[in-house]
Amino acid sequence: MTTLFRLATAGSVDDGKSTLVGRLLYDTKSVLADQLDAVERVSKEKGLGIVDLALLTDGLRAEREQGITIDVAYRYFASPNRNFILADCPGHVQYTRNTVTGASTADAMVLLVDARKGVLEQTRRHLAVAALLRVPHVIVAVNKMDLVDYDQATYETVSAAVTALADELGIEHAVVIPVSALEGDGVVTRTVHAPWYDGPSLLELLEELPVADETTGERFRFPVQLAIRPQDAARDPQHREYRGYAGQVASGIVRVGDPVVVLPQGRHTTIAGIDTADGELDSAFASQSVTLRLADEIDITRGDLIAAAEGAPEPTQSLDGMVAWLHERPLRVGQRVLVKHTTRTVPAIVSDISGRLDLDNLAPEAADTLQLNDIGRVVLRLASPIMPDEYLVSRRTGSFLLIDPQSQNTLAAGMIRGDKAFSAQATIGLGQFWAWEI
Amino acid sequence: MTYEPLDLLSELESESIHIIREAVSELERPVLLFSGGKDSVVMLHLALKAFWPAPLPFPVMHVDTGHNFPEVLEFRDQAVADARLRLVVAKVQDYIDDGRLEERSDGTRNPLQTQPLLDAIAEHRFDAVFGGGRRDEEKARAKERVVSLRDEFGQWDPRNQRPELWNLYNPRHRPGEHVRVFPLSNWTELDIWRYIERENIVLPALYYAHEREVFQRDGMWLAVGPYSQPRGKETVETKLVRYRTVGDMSCTGAVESDAYTVADILVDVAATRISERGATRADDRMTEAAMEDRKKEGYF
Repeated sequence: MTTLFRLATAGSVDDGKSTLVGRLLYDTKSVLADQLDAVERVSKEKGLGIVDLALLTDGLRAEREQGITIDVAYRYFASPNRNFILADCPGHVQYTRNTVTGASTADAMVLLVDARKGVLEQTRRHLAVAALLRVPHVIVAVNKMDLVDYDQATYETVSAAVTALADELGIEHAVVIPVSALEGDGVVTRTVHAPWYDGPSLLELLEELPVADETTGERFRFPVQLAIRPQDAARDPQHREYRGYAGQVASGIVRVGDPVVVLPQGRHTTIAGIDTADGELDSAFASQSVTLRLADEIDITRGDLIAAAEGAPEPTQSLDGMVAWLHERPLRVGQRVLVKHTTRTVPAIVSDISGRLDLDNLAPEAADTLQLNDIGRVVLRLASPIMPDEYLVSRRTGSFLLIDPQSQNTLAAGMIRGDKAFSAQATIGLGQFWAWEI
Repeated sequence: MTYEPLDLLSELESESIHIIREAVSELERPVLLFSGGKDSVVMLHLALKAFWPAPLPFPVMHVDTGHNFPEVLEFRDQAVADARLRLVVAKVQDYIDDGRLEERSDGTRNPLQTQPLLDAIAEHRFDAVFGGGRRDEEKARAKERVVSLRDEFGQWDPRNQRPELWNLYNPRHRPGEHVRVFPLSNWTELDIWRYIERENIVLPALYYAHEREVFQRDGMWLAVGPYSQPRGKETVETKLVRYRTVGDMSCTGAVESDAYTVADILVDVAATRISERGATRADDRMTEAAMEDRKKEGYF
C-alpha cells in the first residue's frame, strides 16, 4: 500500500539545504528532463561550473535573482511505497515563521548541520521549534561530509553534540546521519565514502519511519464542518429528510452505535450512521472525511464538536497557549483577535502575555509584547466557548490560529498548553518557565 | 491499539474534501473553475462527494478562450447536465470582438483569459474560486498556498503570503478581495491518473490515443484545426497521439502515444521524462517566469 509522508526541511543559510532537496528530487528521478534542462541552462548562464540543483527548488523570480529561498515551497517525490510531500523552509529571514509553518504538518523534520561548523544557534532554534510543534520524527543530516574528508571523528563530535541537544529538549526520536548533498553520498543510496557508517541513507530512513498513529490512538474528536440537509434539493427523493454532519475525524476512531456527546451543548446521543458518497461505513478513523448521522435530533451547526462520550473536553472561554507570532505588527495585551480552533472561530481579547521564550537558552523572559518570530505564552478570554485538547495530546484539536478581525490576516500559530512540550522529558532547567502560574 | 494509515489516494481525497467543505462553510459565494480538463474533472468529482447527498451548493465557471477543442466543450456541457450544475461562461471572444482585448501576434489566447476571469469574479461577486492547480505542475505553483489571497485587482503577491498551518485554513478577506482555493495542491500528475482509474472517472476522449492530423512546431505536435494551421515549412502528418493537458488548441500540444486506456496512461506517466506543461504548453515555455507573471496578474 502506498502511503503519504510529509516532511519539512530546516537548517541555516549555507547548510546546503536546497542542494539536498535538489539531490533528493534528482536521485529519486522526480526531476524531469525539461526541468533539468532549464536548470542546466541557467547554471551555465550564471557561469557556474556545476549544475546547481538548488535552482530546482527556488521557484520565484526574486529567489533566482538573489540566490535565496524566500518562502516555503512544496516538493513531491516518491519511492516505491511512499509519496513524500516536502515543505522546503528557508533558513534565514523569518525563520521561525517558515519553520513553524513547515513543521505544523510534518511527520518528520530533516535538519541540516554543516559538518565543519557543528551545532549553531540556528540548530538549537530549529530543534526547539521541532520540539514545540511536536514533529514526530527528527532527522539531523550532518552535511558537507565531503569537505571534512568523511572524517569519522568529526562526524562523531557533531553527532554527540546534536544528540545531547535533542535529549535536553526532550525530543524522543532524533536520528543523526552523515551525508554529502553535493556528491549525493548517503542521500538516496548508502554512503560509499564513509565506510565506518553502516546505517541507512536518508531516503531509506524516510521510507521506514512509521507514519504517526498518535491521532488514531487518541479519543474520538469530530469538529463539524457543516450540516448536510438537502431537503427538496435532494437529487434522490429518498434523501429529502437526510440530516448529517460533515467533517474530518480529527482523532480517534468512531463506530456505528458509539455513545457521543455534542459540545458545547452537552447533549448525549449515539452514532446512527457513518456516510460517504461511496456508501456507509462501520467505522471511521483519524483523517477520514465522512458525514455522521446521529440517533437524536439535536440542533448542530458548524463549529460544534462531536466527541466520544467518555473523556470529552470541557468547553472553556479561557485559553492558555504558546503562540508563534507571525506578523510584523506586535501583539499587545488588550488586543482584540479572532481565535480559529478546529472549525470554530470566536472573538477573543488578549488578557495576558505571560512572557516570551528565548529560543537560544530556552529560558522564559518577561515580555509586554510579542514581536515577529517571537514564541510566547499568552492567555486569551473568549467570547464563546471552544472545546480544546492539549497540543501535547493532539496536534489537530490542540492547535489554533489568531486572526486579525480587521485585515483578516493570520497573525499567529498557537498550541494549547504548548509550554508542556518541553516539560515531560526535557532535562534542562525549564523549572522557572514551567512554574508560571496564571 | 494501532491502525493502518489511510492509503495515499484516500488520504488525498479526504484532504481535498476537507478543504472544499472549509471554503464553502466560511465564505458566501464560491465557484468552481471547470474546463473539462482532467484536473477540473477530478476536482468536480471530489466536490460532488463533499456534499453528498446534497447537490453541489455552488456554480461552475468556464473561461472559454474561443479556441477550445469542440469535443471538450461537448464533454463540459454533458458533465454540467449530468450533475445538474449551474454553468457560468466567460468568453475571451466577446472581449476580442468589442476591442477590450487584442489578439496576440502568436495567436495564443491563454494569457488573455485573466481579464474575463477577473471580470466574471467581480460581476458575480464570487469570493472563493476553486482551481485545479497542483503544486507539482510548475515551480511558481510550488509556492502557492492551498487557500491563496487575491487583492481587489485579482493579484497574487507571492512574497507576502499568509502562513498556512496545520489544516487550519484562513479564507477570510476584506470586501473586494477573494481567495483562490486549490484542493488538489498536494496531488501529483500520477496521483490524478491513479484516482481516475480507481474511481472510473470519465474524461474527454482526447486524453486517450487517437489518430489526428498534426504538425510540428517548437517541438510540439499541434492539431490542425480552425485556430491552428501549419505555417511555412511545417507539414501535416497523421499521427497516433493523445493530450496530457487540455487547453487552448493553438498552444496545447499532443504527444505521440498508443495509450488507449487509463492503465496504459499510468505506464506512460510513470515512465515519462518530460513534465506535462513542458511537453504540451507553449505558453509556459516562453520565459523562466511565465507562470509566475501570469499568476501575479490574477491567472488561474
